[in-house]
Amino acid sequence: MFDLDKWQEIFATIEKNKLRTFLTGFSVAWGIFMLIILQGAGVGLQKGVESQFRSSATNTIWIWNGQTSIAYAGMKPGRDIQMTNEDHDYLAQSVNGIDNLSSRYELWRGNTVSHDNEFGSYNVRSVHPAYAIIEKLTLLEGRFVNEIDINEFRKSAVISTKVSEALFKTEEALDNYIKVNGVPFKVVGIFTDDDGRDENMQVVYLPISTAQRVFGGGRDVQTIAVTVGDATAEESKLIQDNLKQKLAARHHYDPTDERAMFFWNSVEEFQRFKNLFASISIFIWIVGIGTIIAGVVGVSNIMMIVVKDRTKEIGIRKALGATPASIISLILQEAILITGFAGYIGLVLGVGLLELISKQIDTPFFKQPEVNIQIAVGATILLVIAGALAGFIPARRAAAIKPIEALRDE
Amino acid sequence: MIKLQNINKSYHMGSNSLHVLKGIDLTVEKGEMVSIMGSSGSGKSTLLNIIGLLDSHDAGEYLLDGKVIREMSETKAAMLRNKMLGFVFQSFNLISFKNAMENVALPLYYQGVSRRKRNIIAMEYLERVGLTAWSNHLPNELSGGQKQRLAIARALIGQPKIILADEPTGALDSATSSEVMDLFGEINQSGITIMIVTHENDIAHRTQRIIKLNDGLIHTDQKNGVPRPPEKPALN
Ligand SMILES: Nc1ncnc2c1ncn2[C@@H]1O[C@H](COP(=O)(O)OP(=O)(O)OP(=O)(O)O)[C@@H](O)[C@H]1O
Ligand SMILES: [Mg+2]
Repeated sequence: MFDLDKWQEIFATIEKNKLRTFLTGFSVAWGIFMLIILQGAGVGLQKGVESQFRSSATNTIWIWNGQTSIAYAGMKPGRDIQMTNEDHDYLAQSVNGIDNLSSRYELWRGNTVSHDNEFGSYNVRSVHPAYAIIEKLTLLEGRFVNEIDINEFRKSAVISTKVSEALFKTEEALDNYIKVNGVPFKVVGIFTDDDGRDENMQVVYLPISTAQRVFGGGRDVQTIAVTVGDATAEESKLIQDNLKQKLAARHHYDPTDERAMFFWNSVEEFQRFKNLFASISIFIWIVGIGTIIAGVVGVSNIMMIVVKDRTKEIGIRKALGATPASIISLILQEAILITGFAGYIGLVLGVGLLELISKQIDTPFFKQPEVNIQIAVGATILLVIAGALAGFIPARRAAAIKPIEALRDE
Repeated sequence: MIKLQNINKSYHMGSNSLHVLKGIDLTVEKGEMVSIMGSSGSGKSTLLNIIGLLDSHDAGEYLLDGKVIREMSETKAAMLRNKMLGFVFQSFNLISFKNAMENVALPLYYQGVSRRKRNIIAMEYLERVGLTAWSNHLPNELSGGQKQRLAIARALIGQPKIILADEPTGALDSATSSEVMDLFGEINQSGITIMIVTHENDIAHRTQRIIKLNDGLIHTDQKNGVPRPPEKPALN
């Protein structure tokens, strides 16, 4: 069946029927190419979404101060709500399901941070030790703010590699001193935040207790962030409701007031993105399968036309002594050769284009598109089989009819 | 070589059926050169196709070289066609995308002869029909007479015992027809049995036996003696 002579016969036929070969090949190559591009785009989208959530823990609930918008217990709307250290301590004790908790007291831009003659303007975030986990900071040197810093009001600072480069140049930053609005702090750690967003790198972290005391913050905090372990979206929603009930009671506002305090639940958000992505992924699969089906139908049609076209030739071959088996294998091998080769071309072109795109494009929501090579190869094999089958059915019919009927075909 | 007994053949088209061959009895010996004549629609081509295993018969017995041909598998029939039979058609039936040499060589492909060897043999047969210079040409670059000579070379290359020709000169002018008939004469001299379907009396008179069909039956079957010159009036 696989003798060289048959292949020469097939190559001769292909060479002399270039347009037909091209059309068959094109529909296969196009199907595979589109499938790969679509799959790759889907993966790119998925990676983009995932990277968006990599910058901070995906199981966090954030709470910010707000202003009441509904009258409650005789109090008019428009009242500012201010969280304090007491809220922090109270939530830590009274809410189940929390595994990390940190308040944040932030001095916004415009803080002069200096070392000797070098200075810059950075955000100063005053936090609890757990904040490093919540924000997913990577400590490169030293340590993050710890409990002793908090309890003893130590003047410790953790700075980013960017801040370190700006203020210390080549000098060793660790255990050296910086001044924050004129107050000296000792650098105990250097971090990087690998989400690549610059604003998260233009930051100096301080112990919250020290900062409140030194910069006149009293006991106020602006933000409280908690992580909820591996809670599901529903569980995390319950914890959020619990937090809200407790804070509403403490600060005397209507729990249905959406503006008194702001909640942002990343578990929920992440779930929403995951659902969105799942929909996109299903959509891509549907389009991909559609493309493959279109390819299969295209190949089938062309093979049918090819066999129809060749009916007279088949009749001639039969008159000269071709057996039905030799007719079928001639057409089948040609179909397999063309679809296999074209599928491979589509595969190479698709993967090549993705590689090219992947090097060029790196936007927040679309990263490193790549294709599952198993899916791509599987689809190619599927198309080859479909092409073979599509060739086999009419080939068998053509091989089965009487030679004279094939010869009569015009 | 060929023995037909009470061969019947009908064509069915929907509910209609057309009884074309109504009981043909015919024996053709090895080395004979026979022509089949008859009016259009009398069943000449049908008979030749049955003899050539290109079509099947409904009833009766057909012995080809002693083998019973009835309900024979396509694969067996293909092998018999390849070894025993050579065909020449009015419309040539050459493969358009193959050049002259490749067309001639094709029967040898189905005999399992290697490409190199069959091309060499094909060149010999092309020489025999005077087409050596045209070996690289596609069929549509050849004249009608050249195409028919090419088809004859192809029919001969498998070294068949019988050549079946259905109106081989039907598309040719008289001079070219005469050349083709000369070629058939030579082939017959070498011992190959030849059956030719024709409408032309002068073609028929260059064979040794003329069989006339009429309405699906053999009307007359006459030995022609020596081939006669074309001027002589037909026996009809
Ligand atoms: N495949 C077919 N289906 C239906 N009828 C057919 C078929 N082939 C031939 N016939 C009919 O059978 C009859 C005999 O046909 P055949 O071709 O044998 O005639 P013929 O003697 O060769 O005629 P001509 O001289 O015109 O070639 C005709 O009436 C023709 O219409
Ligand atoms: Mg006829």
